[in-house]
This record gives sequence, C-alpha cells and structure tokens, in this order.
Amino acid sequence: MKVWYYGDDVNTDMLFPGKYTYTCSKPEEIKPHLLEDLDPDFAKGVQPGDIIIAGKNFGCGSSREQPVVGLKAVGIAAVIARSFARIFYRAAINQGLLLIEAPAAVDYYQPGMKVELDAAAGRVWVGEQEFSFPKPPVEILQIVEAGGLLEYTRRKLRAKAGAK
Amino acid sequence: MGMTFAEKLLAFKAGRDRVKAGEIVFCKPDRLLMHDNAAAITDKIAKDLDEFGVANSDQIVIVLDHTVPAVDEKTATGHKKIREFVTKYNIQHFFDVGVGVCHQVMVEKGLVLPGMLAVGSDSHTCSYGAVGAFATGIDRTEAAALILTGETWFKVPESIKINLKGRLMELVTAKDLVLTIIGKIGADGADYCSVEFWGDVCHLTVDDRFTIANMGVEMGAKNAVFPVDEITRGFLKGIGIERKNWQEFGADPDAEYKTELTFVMDEIVPVVAAPHKVDNVKPVSQVRDVEVHQCLLGTCTNGRASDFALAARVIGRRRVSPKTRLLLLPASRSELEKGLDAGDIQTLIEAGGVLLPPGCGPCLGAHQGVLAPGERCISTANRNFKGRMGCREAEIYLASPATVAASALTGRITDPREVM
Repeated sequence: MKVWYYGDDVNTDMLFPGKYTYTCSKPEEIKPHLLEDLDPDFAKGVQPGDIIIAGKNFGCGSSREQPVVGLKAVGIAAVIARSFARIFYRAAINQGLLLIEAPAAVDYYQPGMKVELDAAAGRVWVGEQEFSFPKPPVEILQIVEAGGLLEYTRRKLRAKAGAK
Repeated sequence: MGMTFAEKLLAFKAGRDRVKAGEIVFCKPDRLLMHDNAAAITDKIAKDLDEFGVANSDQIVIVLDHTVPAVDEKTATGHKKIREFVTKYNIQHFFDVGVGVCHQVMVEKGLVLPGMLAVGSDSHTCSYGAVGAFATGIDRTEAAALILTGETWFKVPESIKINLKGRLMELVTAKDLVLTIIGKIGADGADYCSVEFWGDVCHLTVDDRFTIANMGVEMGAKNAVFPVDEITRGFLKGIGIERKNWQEFGADPDAEYKTELTFVMDEIVPVVAAPHKVDNVKPVSQVRDVEVHQCLLGTCTNGRASDFALAARVIGRRRVSPKTRLLLLPASRSELEKGLDAGDIQTLIEAGGVLLPPGCGPCLGAHQGVLAPGERCISTANRNFKGRMGCREAEIYLASPATVAASALTGRITDPREVM
C-alpha cells in the first residue's frame, strides 16, 4: 500500500484536466489522465488500496465528477485531507468514495510513514500515532452504504412503487 | 435567534418553521440545470429512465454551451443524445447551441428568480445569488438522481456576512472587488458556507452582482447571495417577470453568522489573480510589465454588454497591440445583440478583436483559444488553474474587463487608468 502525498488546494483541473471533460466519462477513459497535470507518475503507479494524503481544500474548482470516479476506479482506499471542497465532498459521498477530514493526522504525516485506516471505527494510524475523525451523519451513511446515490435512489423508487 | 438567508430559504423549501446550520433537510429544488454534461448524466440512468421516467420535466433546464458548436464527433454525438432526451421527455427549457452560457441564460430568461432553490451540474451555478436565489453546484451523479426523484438533501450551511461600504472608483470593477475578497479570505475561505453580501449594494448592478456571485465557488462557498432590492426588481421587470412570480427571503437582523467581514469599495484598486490559484491576488501595479500573448474578454463572469461597453471605452479608436490577440466571448446571444446595438462589439472588432460564439469555449480549454506552452493569457474568466486553458505550461492571469482591454492595447498587463 502506497501513500500519495500532495499539498493544499489540489484542484479538479489537476486531478483531471478540463480539456478531457467532454470526451472521457467512463472509468477506463478517465484512469490514464488522473492527476496528469499534478503528478504524471500517479496514473502509472497507483494500486488498489493506496491512500492519498493532502492539505486543505482538496478537490476545489469544477463540479466535474471524473476525479471522484477515477480515484474510485483505480481503487484509492481513502483520501485523507485537512479539508475538502464542498462539491467534491458531495460527489465522493454520491460515488461511495471515502473522504476523511483529519487535519491533525495530515500535519503529523511525513513522507515515508506508514498509514493504516479503520474507517468504521473512525480511526487512522500515522506511523505509531493514532488519530480519530468524526463519522458522517446517518443520512449520508445510508447513501454510502447503498453503494452510492444512484443505487440508494433506485431502492427508494422501487420501495415507493411497491407500496402503491 | 433569527435565521440567515440560507436557513430561512431551506426551512421554507423543506416545509419547516425553522432550521439551523448543520441540519440535513430534503427539498425539491425549483430548478435542475445541466449543460453538455446532460449526455453523460442521462447515460448513467438510461435504464432507470425507462423504468421510472422523469420526475418533473419543468424542473429541468438544459443549455448547450461547453463545447459549442461541437468540437468533434464525440461532442457532436453528446449534443445529439441530449436533443433526443429533450424530445422524448418533453423538456421545455432547452437552449441549443449559440443561446449562451447556461448561467447567463438561467438569469436572463427568468428561469431562476428570487427565493428559488436551484442546483446545477456546474460549479458556477452559485451565480444566481445575484438575483436572490439559493443556488449551488452538484455532481453528475446527483443530477442523475434528481432527474429520477426531483428531490435531494442539503446540509444547511453556516453563513458568512460580507459588508460592502462606499462605492467603487472609476475603472475599478466588481471583478476587482471579488478578486480582492478571495485574495483576502482564500480559496477555501468560505468552504461549505453561504455568503451573504450586505451594505452599500445599491451601487452594484445585477451584472456586477452576477460577476461577484459567479466567483463565490472560488472562495469555496456553497452559495453567494445578494439581497433583493429595487435594482433586482427593476432588472426582473426589464425581462418581463411579474412581481407575483417570486418570493423574497431576507436574513433576520439577529441571525447568527460564522464570520462578518467588511470591505471598503473606495479602497479597491485594479487587481489580478496571478497563476495558478484564484486567491493569488496582487495589485496590477505589481505585475505591470508582464507580457501577455492572449487577452480573453468575456465568459459567464464578464461577458455581458456592460463588460464590452467598458472595454470599448478603454480601447476607444485604438488598435490591439500586434504582440497580443484579443478574443471576445459573449455570455449570451442576447448580451451580444445588446453589445452590437450599442456599437461596442464593432469597436472591439475594429480594434482587432476576434468574436467567438456565445459559450464557454476557451475558458475550460476545450477549444477556441487554447494556449501553447510558454504562453500567457490575461482573462476575465473565473479560474486560472494550471492547465485550465488546455495547456499546463501556460499561465493565466484573471482580471477585470477594463484591465484586460488595457492590456490588449499594450501587450503587457496594464492598469486601465494609465491608458485613458
């Protein structure tokens, strides 16, 4: 498991360049361009289970969804950041990608340190140090547990149709 | 304790007496905006649409603007799919290639009005705070779910109050003001928050308010809103909307704010956002000799007739420097027509400007005015991220229409007050 470490304000153009927004929508089309303008090694080297650690305001900028779809598709286990931009945070919930706001853990992290995560318990270990993070509200967990917003929506609509 | 604008509006939409920041509510937005990405959005739910249909076709607005006219076969196919969806589900609010940038179209066609709750699959949906709406960007998946259900969840945001005092000086614009605010509070300064503008807003036109609200997301805001006043009402009357069609939600005087800030408009000077972050804001005086190879005047941030009028006034009968090129990108056909009626577009074309069709074009680097490695552009758009205009080895400076026009004359970043 590798940790990819980036700074503050990693924006959506860095995560997935805008020039591809209307030509790449499917995970396989997105993958080769992930983080292209930030870290050309990422798309080649990323493995399922890897973690991203970043500074504040991760995912700021456009509402494009490809960054979230791409990170989920390559198997990123979680993005741990000081904070996230709002639309990105919402998009991640809707795709079932785990985002963790843990500023103290990010501050403590030094490149090379081992990172372990127990999301259900709301805990992350950086090196030997343990940090906790608040779990999201129940309404949000229901969406993540359903496997994303579309699946959650389908279940709701089918239940409604069945009740009639 | 009173309620903020966001609390009041979301309480009303959720059918509650009151809500507080932090609560999650379920609401049916009045509008769901999509653009060229409606092709990818409807693709996600192709089977579900057959099973469940569209929840509320009147809620949906689709504007083709991001890659118009189509750039290649793929984008052309996307447009075709969208037209088929529009026909099949009888979507009345559909605007094909050339009508304008979605956000401008929403406001000028009266599709978004004071007191409305609007969401859009584009981050600059926050623009509609210019006319007192609660408007915010969402992702494609959420837009897809909304097509099926007409409903979604909102976390009631905390609010930030920004007091504006005095008035802007000659050749200093709303763009300089909002860039100064972003420079001060940072690109995440209003993360997750609702930003309310208060104070001497009577000196700001609806166009000015649009520019400011449009850039709300560049400070991280969920929405950015102006109070509804005589200026808003006059604008709405001008586009033929009767008073009975909207509701006005003002914040209570004793509402609770996370932060309160004051900006004195008389003290604002022409500024730029230097590469590659919108909060990297500097006075024009600090970057005055930087050469620019392209000048982009337009976009949904600053592509209205009033912006072209200001630029035409700065340029006058002079010509664009041979060392640079000037692109004109109107926010909509209607704004282009107004600019033509006033003669300002002609002035800018005679000066050497290249007129592009109303749309997003070079702003997101898809086509029309993509930059080359080592090139630098000064632009009235809202983002200067690395790679934004199609090339990661190019640089983008954001500025007002007056500063972009002045820079087009000299080929260097120039304070408009120096060329008048």
